[in-house]
Order: sequence, then C-alpha cells, then structure tokens
Amino acid sequence: MKLTGAQILCEGLVKEGVDIIFGFPGGAVIPLYDTLPQYPQLRHILVRHEQGAAHAADGYARTTGKVGVCFATSGPGATNLVTGIANAYLDSVPVIAVTGQVRRDFIGRDAFQETDITGITLPITKHNYLVMDVNHLPIVIKEAFHLARTGRPGPILIDIPRDVFMDQTEFSYPEKIDLPGYKPTLQGHPAQVKKAAKMVNEAKRPVIIAGRGVNISRAYGELAYLAETAQIPVLTTLLGVGCFPESHALSYGMAGMHGMVYANFAIENADVLIAIGMRFDDRVTGKISAFAPHAHIIHIDIDPAEIGKNVRVDVPIVGDVKLVLQALNKQVTKKSRLDWINQVDDWRRDHPSIDIRDDDGLLPQYVVRQIYEITRGEAIIVTGVGQHQMWAAQHYWFDKPNRLVSSGGLGAMGFGLPAALGAQIGCPDTTVWCIDGDGSFQMTIQELATIVQEQVPVKIAIINNGYLGMVRQWQELFYKRRYVATPISCPDFVKIADGYGIPALRVKQRQEVAPAIKQAMTHNGPFLIDFMVEQEENVYPMIPPGATVAEIMEEPKQPIKAIADSKSLKVSNI
Amino acid sequence: MTMTKMRHTLVALVEDKPGVLTRMSSLFRRRGFNIESIAVGHSELPNLSRMTIVVNGTAGILEQVRKQLSKVVNVVKVTDVTDDNITVRELALVKVRANSQTRSEVIEIADIFRASIVDVATDSLTIEITGDEDKVDSLLNLLRGFGVKEVARTGCIAMLRGAASQPRPEEKPSRARKEGYRLL
Repeated sequence: MKLTGAQILCEGLVKEGVDIIFGFPGGAVIPLYDTLPQYPQLRHILVRHEQGAAHAADGYARTTGKVGVCFATSGPGATNLVTGIANAYLDSVPVIAVTGQVRRDFIGRDAFQETDITGITLPITKHNYLVMDVNHLPIVIKEAFHLARTGRPGPILIDIPRDVFMDQTEFSYPEKIDLPGYKPTLQGHPAQVKKAAKMVNEAKRPVIIAGRGVNISRAYGELAYLAETAQIPVLTTLLGVGCFPESHALSYGMAGMHGMVYANFAIENADVLIAIGMRFDDRVTGKISAFAPHAHIIHIDIDPAEIGKNVRVDVPIVGDVKLVLQALNKQVTKKSRLDWINQVDDWRRDHPSIDIRDDDGLLPQYVVRQIYEITRGEAIIVTGVGQHQMWAAQHYWFDKPNRLVSSGGLGAMGFGLPAALGAQIGCPDTTVWCIDGDGSFQMTIQELATIVQEQVPVKIAIINNGYLGMVRQWQELFYKRRYVATPISCPDFVKIADGYGIPALRVKQRQEVAPAIKQAMTHNGPFLIDFMVEQEENVYPMIPPGATVAEIMEEPKQPIKAIADSKSLKVSNI
Repeated sequence: MTMTKMRHTLVALVEDKPGVLTRMSSLFRRRGFNIESIAVGHSELPNLSRMTIVVNGTAGILEQVRKQLSKVVNVVKVTDVTDDNITVRELALVKVRANSQTRSEVIEIADIFRASIVDVATDSLTIEITGDEDKVDSLLNLLRGFGVKEVARTGCIAMLRGAASQPRPEEKPSRARKEGYRLL
C-alpha cells in the first residue's frame, strides 16, 4: 500500500516506540499535522514556543531514557528549536527534531519561511538530514533513531520539505541500517583496562568522578561495586548527580566550581583519578594546568574525541561505561583505604560546604532543603540556570539517577519549565518540581499555558530574588558590585499563575515555607509558589573561574565587601 | 604530548552524501584547526570519496582533528599518513608572462621540471606541473622573475607506497585502537 511522507514519518515514529511529540504547527507541516489524527497512539503536546518543544523533548528523554521527539515548522519554527537542540547536544541527550521545509522547488530561493536549518544546526546536532525524496524517508528515520540513542547520544534533526510529506510511495520499514562511518566502540581495550586496574589497585588516594555517561549507560551497579570494593570516594559532575546515591558513605557530592570543598580537596590530593562518563568541562576543572596535580588520570568515555581534549590522560579507555566497568571490576581488588577515607571525612567535617546558616530571612537554600524534606528526596527536580540551579544541586540530595534535570553544558536559562513539562509527561507517577529563578522563569513562562491545557501537575518553586542572581554574584565578587543590567523586575507571579488558571502562593517568611510546599503537594494539579528570598545571597562554595582549588571561596564569616576589594582575585575566562 | 607544530597529511574516506564537505570544513572552522589544503574526489569504492587534508598543528591538535573528523557520521575512516612512506602529488596550472624573447627560456625551465606547456598566447604561457609541494614551489620561484599572472593549485593528494593501502571500512580494528592511543 502506498503511504504519504507524513504517514511514513508517523509509522516510523510508532515503530521506534514514540508515543509523545512536543510541537507547534505551521505552514510547512500542515500535511504532517493533518495526518496525526490517523495515529492516535501518538500524543501531541502543543507548546507555546518551539524552544519549549525542544526542551520538553529533552526533559522527557533524560527522565525516561527514551528518545524525545519534537516537531516544528520551517523558518522561525525551526530556528526557535536551535537553543533546545544545542542544549541536547552539549548534554548528550537523544532528541529527534522534525522540521518542515519549504517545497523542494522553492528551496534556495529565500521562499517564505525558508531557512537553511540543516546548515544552521550542523555544529549542534550529532547528525542531520534534509530529505529530498520520499523514498529515503524510512531509512532516514531508522538511522536517526539509531544515531540518537546509541554511542554518545545526541540530537538528530530531520528536515522535510512540505511536498515530500505529501508524496506517496510503497512503505516498508528497513530492518537494517548501513552506516559504515558509525561504529561506536563499546568494549574497552583489554590492555588498557588491565593497566587501569593495576593503577587502581596500587592507588593510595584514588577518587572517582562520575558524569552523565554513567546515567546514559545505566552503570549504577557497576559504579557502586567499584567504589565499594576498592573503597574509593565518589564525586559527580552536575549532570552525574544521583548516579551514585548521595546518602552513601562514599559519596562526597558534586565537584567543580560550586562543588563541595572536600570534593575539590579530594581531587587536589588524589593520586589516581578515575573519570567515568564525563568530559572535564571547565566548570569541573577550573584552571586546567592546576587540575588534579598529583593524579594519574584514567578516563573512560564512549567518545574517543573527549579523551585528551581538555586534560592529559594517562590511561584512556574508549567504550561504554557499563561494559568497561564490568571488565575493570573483575580485576579490581578489595581494599580498605581507611586513611584516605578518613582524610576526606576530616575535610568534610572541617569544610561542611552546604550548612545553612541560622538566619531570620528567607534563604533560598532553606527553601530547597524544605522541598527535599517534604518530598522525602523522591521528586524529580528540574531547574533553570543560575544560582537556584546550584542551590538545587547542592541542597537537594539525590539517591536515584536522572532525578536532577538541568542544563549543564549549554547553561540555557528558560530550560526549567518546559523541561519539567517533558519530565512530568514522561514520568506521570513521580512528583516533578520545577525549581526556577525569577529570571530564568520569565524566559519560557508561556509554557504555563501548555501545562494547563495538557493538565500536567508540575509544581513550580520560583526562587525570586529580584536579580539575575548568578551574574549579580559575579558582579559583586569580581566587578566591584557594579550591578549592570542584573536588577530585574518581574510580574506578580501569583496573579500570572491565576491568569493561567494555576493556584499559587507567595511566601515571604521562613515559617510559611513548609506549609506552602505541603499545600502544593496535596493539590491535584500544577501549583506555583513565589518564594521571595534574600536578594543578595551568594552560592558557595565557589572556585572563581579559571582559578585553582587553593582559591576556593567558602561562605564568608565577614561581610562580602572584604572579598570584593581583594586584589588576589583575577577575572579571567568569564 | 609534543608542543612542536608540524605539518600532517590526513587521508579520509568519506561517504558521497550531500553536505559531507561542509560538515568537515565547518568542523575545521569551529574547532579552530588550520587547513593548508584539502582535495577530494571519487575513490575506487562505490559511493565513497577520498579526501586528502594537509593540516598544521601539534600532535595533540592533530589527534583532536583526527578524532573529531572520525566522529562525523559520513566519515568512514581517517588515517594520518604523515609518518608513512607516501607518494604526495599536487597539480598546478601557472600562467606566466612570456614574449618572443623570453618564451624559450620559460619553456626550458618547464622542461627541467618535466612540466608541460598547455596553452600559448602572444604574451603568456600556461604551464601544467605535477609533483610534491616543494617541486611546485621551486618552479613558481623560478618563474616569478618573468611575471606570474595566475596560479591555480589542486592541493595535495597522498597515497601509501608499495602494496599497502588505506584500510577499508570493514578492516577493524582502527589504527588508533591498535596503537592504544600511543599519540596521547
């Protein structure tokens, strides 16, 4: 039987197990949308801006482990996806973006709503396609899903001209794909694994840094086995948070710029660093030349190009984290390493890093901690980007993987609300809290309408300090308090929520925090709380950009001014 | 990781797919790699082209170039042949001023280089020369005195000498795997 291009796309999506699509229609994709009613198993979520569609697909993919799918029309629809695609690319999230394109005979003529979206997204997709023949569509869909979810996952864009959606052809879905240039290495090289095992076994002060690669390959058990058998402290990157239970005795939290002091001390003093599924982002390493100065580095990653890109590596192992760890674990011997563990514990005692000070004011850290308490650490926390993001990562403790959903690599403000929407749709039985900043929230506030229309019970906590807080913090610390363009006004969020039909509360006092959160939890549907927190609260600990662990800043005992005037801090690499 | 900059010759086998050249050149631009020349044409395999890329950089940069190129889905194989025994050739067309007084001298120089005259006009000659880059450069230097009007060069193409050839796609494991990342 002959099918149209639009039908073939839908058939392919169904065959690949897709049941949710986030999208926004437009001229070039009307034939596609016209076909959707024939496929009731595909639920379409109408977002209010295409950026929301891409972020929602991203949040859906991160929390479910499935491929997230978004649709947009040609031209502005496609360009609006760009931030979301770049976000998925930097954080290795499997997302398929389908864009409409102008008719084939209009391509290259600057037709109405024509943009070269495959050209635009070339450097921010794992791969992309412009489908000029309906007969190519089945294999393109098959390849796209294969590429998105295997190896190092990433976004794939499929651009389809309007008339290709309408062309007809005999449909058969390919069984096999032929990608001679794409064969990810899964098994680690045995000689390298042996070398790594020897290094781990001989290490006196080993440290593990685990990243999102552990989540992607679901290597939680293998990681725990390695840490427990060899008694190795485990740190994580922001995107690795939760891949090792944070309540575990060997968990020493997040490392890096706003990581725990003791975690960064552990890296500083380690003799062997086992980097697992992470890529040595500058937010983790600080000054590269001073990073882990005493350590031999073992780097396990599925992407060979990550090895040696930022830091020197002594034992590179290219492969799937789970398979490599399985091989490594067979050769790692049981050890106690009490001295080293005690040392790191001492650092933790002396530099608790995330103690919340006694303060009459409403501290943002306290809000996050209360959400943690009341949700008993069971919620999925989705954040925007900024101070609130770091407080969420620091003060909510994650014992399960993929429960912190955050824009790590791209740092895209506005990620929070649409990603929370995607996460909640993917995980309807889990409580989803969107912890957002007043700045971040205003970037994608329109998705409140989507949440209402689709009846998505996301709980929203706005950490409202009246500033673009993270930039303000940098201005305070490194630019002598010149707050240029960081004071930000916001609408009355309670009224805004009311306008969208979402119940909301404003919280100004410490004692109102817990009751408000409890009220949100018992409400059956979306709920918004506007927390009016201390305006000039800073995120600590902090290693200034481009600085070393020696320059780590802890919450000051004295007023902050002393630091601001200090000459020892140099601004570099901002 | 050595810090000395060196010229490297990479040979890449790529799928004949739309945009593959853009994908590769965009990668060079985005990651700040410096290309000296790039030459591409069909290979002996159906639907595959062979590309020769000459790039300047430290060993560390070159390793990144090779790995990043290999990551492009349409790139089947990238081999660094710099240290191998290779034949390297480039073709250049040179239009040089030559009147009745100087013409024979120019032809003589071309003969020494085993270059051929492919076009003659009253006040110019077009010379076709094939050879490695040094040979082409030397000829150009000698002709400069006569007045070089136009030069077009293809960029280098390279091939292993002897019976050895670039590994085919199915011939795994890759060079990097065999070497256990010696370059790092």
